[in-house]
Amino acid sequence: MSVNSDPHQSMLNRRQFLIRSAKAGLSIAAAGAIGYQFYESSAPDGIQRESEYAGLPDFSIPDTGSRLSVVRGHDRIKTLQLALKSIGGIETFIKSGDRILLKVNAAFASPPMLSATTHPQLVSEITRLCFKAGAHEVIVTDNPINDPLSCFNLTGIAEAARKAGAKVVLPRENFFKYMTLTDAKLIRNWPVLHKPFKDIAKVIGVAPVKDHHRSGASMIMKNWYGLLGGRRNIFHQDIHNIIKELAMMVSPTLVILDGTTAMMSNGPTGGSLSDLKETNTMIVGTDQVAVDAYGATLLGKDLSELTFIAKAEAYGVGTADYRSLNPEVISL
Amino acid sequence: MKIITARRISQIFFLLLFFWFCIVTSLGKEWWQLRGWPVNWLLELDPLVGLGTLLTTHSLYKGLIWGVATVVLTIILGRFFCGWICPFGSIHQFVGYLGRRHKSSLEKAKINRYHRWQVLKYGILIFLLSVAIADLAVFLIKWPYSQPWIFWTLILCSLVAAIIVTMVRTPVDPKKLSLYLACGVGIWVILGYIFQDARILSASLQIGLLDPIPLVYRSINLIVLPLIDGSALKLFSSPRYYEGSWLIGAIFVTAVLLNYKTPRFYCRYICPLGALFGILSRSALWRIGKTETACIDCHLCEKNCEGACAPSSEIRINECILCFNCLDDCHHNQIAYQTAPSAAGEILSPDLSKREFVFTFLSGAAAAPLLRLNGNLTDNWKAGLVRPPGAVFEKEFLSRCIKCGQCMRVCPTNVIHPAGLIAGVEGLWTPVLNFRIGTSGCQHKCIACGNVCPTAAIRPISLDERLGRNRFAASGPLIIGTAFIDRGRCLPWAMDKPCIVCQENCPVSPKAIFTREQFNAIHMETPLLVKTANFRFVEFDKAALQADRLATGDYYCLINEQSDQQPRLIVENTTRSLTISPKAPWEPPPTPGSKASIQIRLQKPFVDPERCIGCGICEHECPVRGKRAIRITAENESRNRKHSLLPRT
Repeated sequence: MSVNSDPHQSMLNRRQFLIRSAKAGLSIAAAGAIGYQFYESSAPDGIQRESEYAGLPDFSIPDTGSRLSVVRGHDRIKTLQLALKSIGGIETFIKSGDRILLKVNAAFASPPMLSATTHPQLVSEITRLCFKAGAHEVIVTDNPINDPLSCFNLTGIAEAARKAGAKVVLPRENFFKYMTLTDAKLIRNWPVLHKPFKDIAKVIGVAPVKDHHRSGASMIMKNWYGLLGGRRNIFHQDIHNIIKELAMMVSPTLVILDGTTAMMSNGPTGGSLSDLKETNTMIVGTDQVAVDAYGATLLGKDLSELTFIAKAEAYGVGTADYRSLNPEVISL
Repeated sequence: MKIITARRISQIFFLLLFFWFCIVTSLGKEWWQLRGWPVNWLLELDPLVGLGTLLTTHSLYKGLIWGVATVVLTIILGRFFCGWICPFGSIHQFVGYLGRRHKSSLEKAKINRYHRWQVLKYGILIFLLSVAIADLAVFLIKWPYSQPWIFWTLILCSLVAAIIVTMVRTPVDPKKLSLYLACGVGIWVILGYIFQDARILSASLQIGLLDPIPLVYRSINLIVLPLIDGSALKLFSSPRYYEGSWLIGAIFVTAVLLNYKTPRFYCRYICPLGALFGILSRSALWRIGKTETACIDCHLCEKNCEGACAPSSEIRINECILCFNCLDDCHHNQIAYQTAPSAAGEILSPDLSKREFVFTFLSGAAAAPLLRLNGNLTDNWKAGLVRPPGAVFEKEFLSRCIKCGQCMRVCPTNVIHPAGLIAGVEGLWTPVLNFRIGTSGCQHKCIACGNVCPTAAIRPISLDERLGRNRFAASGPLIIGTAFIDRGRCLPWAMDKPCIVCQENCPVSPKAIFTREQFNAIHMETPLLVKTANFRFVEFDKAALQADRLATGDYYCLINEQSDQQPRLIVENTTRSLTISPKAPWEPPPTPGSKASIQIRLQKPFVDPERCIGCGICEHECPVRGKRAIRITAENESRNRKHSLLPRT
């Protein structure tokens, strides 16, 4: 009944007055409570903050020590098999039920023959061997420079992985988490590809040997660049330190450096067969610094040109003196 | 089955087919991706696309021949396309149904009454076609001069014919007739003389602005899909953006919501394709009509009349979209789809007076030359207008592009965008490359856009042609623009910071970006003086350095008095001392008191215009994010030799 419906009854009766007062009181209380709840006396600091996490776990196998093996030959599959065998077989590194993350280099939308990216043959063979050793799942991932989908398709990596039974994970915005790496100066509050590492037991890095005009060479350590998100290329201003920090960030189970065909010039994109040279070498090891140091010899680079190697060694990531690991150099 | 049930099934089928086409227009090998799906089919069925491009290009490109089938069927059946196929029309019809479902029959009949402004769409059609008609007009105007024999023979023939007609049919005044003929021919010849240099007459294809099929393709692909992506539906590997999408979206949403006020508002008042079908259907073999003159005038037939074509009285055949609702709603079975004209009479033509027609036609014909006066096609070309690879030269491009957005949809890197005003008003929503948006620049080994373009505004090039290999080795790669370095913003050029991300990412081999090494002394208030030193170590007089900052591999120390003047790589430093690499120690060590400077080794990027193809990957990757320090402009683009930067053979 509305108050003014009858002109003779324009006065409120008690009941109506009480109901109305109760409603008004509740509304006032609600408005006050909302105001109090959200009251903020200080201005925002204007900086976008993200929750951080501390870093990736150590994926290396504690008791194997540093191992390195080099096999010469042009058949990737055979050289890989032999190299793995000579460092103790894949069973030493992969245990039954493991989830494996394979960090490939899929940076560019470029066909496999141009050797700018990890060769699909390697992807399928490593996946096959992992499953043979009892792996539960193999995840192949990278955050490429060119369009991710095109990169994985054109490089042949997606198809090779799928055929071998591995799962290809393309980066999405919510797959990254902000990380501040201990002792790092550059990887601080920086987005790092995180989601694919969920429940991962072992990490294998696999990359080609390539010339790189800014850093001197792009091999295993530089390949971890593909785990960074955000505007990562501002780190090119301090390229050797960022590569060192990437090596600090990832302690892989195993790294595979493919020097079957090395990109000698015009790197890291290449684009022409004339940029390539058959260097017929497969380098497999547990020490990424030693592996890269060996890889540098394929490019004919002096270690003093590749400052990042000395820097990573100085931090204790590994040893640049690959000879100290007594690598078995086998020819097919 | 009732005929309206059949119509509904057809509408749902074509609407779903259209949505399916929108989804599969994405690059990939999966069955739900672009691999032979005829994604342009609805655009090709649209005869306005065919007619428009026929006027501007004198050809019906590939699948556009489908438009002939639609025309033939329309001449036989009437406007079946509007009522049975058009996906935009089906969306309108559905929303219109939602808007009027709670209204009474009387109110429904009222909003479906014919409105005289429905003639507007014919004006729009005439305007849009007359914008495109210049080429035909130029040909006709110049005819007396270009092919005088044919012209004068034809005039002679018509004169003879006229004389015969006059002799047979006495009421025609021979004097008057000859006067008309003479005047006509005279004006023609004079016009031909005046417009000998027909520079002022130019054609532009603008039907895509309002043609419902390009409009709905554009709206769904560039607005709706990116908005719903990332929900349950994962269509794109990374979120899509389209610059200026607000305008496309606003028009789409407005057109759809107007159905609440007036059902099929767009179809009745705006749609130029509907107008074309209206004209074609005037002599349709079958048509809707009343079987008897007398009826009880209940107007139920107009309750759900989609076309607002007044079936209860004199039906307007050109407005009838064959929804068949009148047939279904008439309780007395007095309406039929038949060969005989309606018993209550018919109106076949739009209420467009001759004067209105001429006025609209002339303003359309004048519009294109008016737009061209800004000189966009000549010296005032816009450097930022970088077209996709395979785009034909600009004048031809504007004669072909229907702004459907298929290239923007299929582009795997989201680098193709609907242009705002950069290509002029007539270039609105035509494809332009925006290297700031997307997952990469224009991918070097991709030819998707040209192969999906329904009108060959972007040619279907091969990978060989794009890369300049094999058969195309002699002509070299296709160039869409050239990169220019902004030395005031580039980190190594302007700020002594090493970078060369552009060089790293250049996909051309050998790279189109090369570097020159240079050592620059970093800025210090007062020079450093050596206090003590040995072969690899030097301590300075003051603590002027930041500890450990110089050991990045890019900093060098130069002792001014050293005879070799070679900077030495710094491997360690404290605030007042530094150590250099053992590879090149000082011989002899610096003497105390000598001046020293810290040098940074920079690789400064340069663009080689002989190699750059304008793919823009450098611009996309440049770490100077606000306004990139390396940017692509259309210089050197293959499609126009006048934009060449280099003398070409």
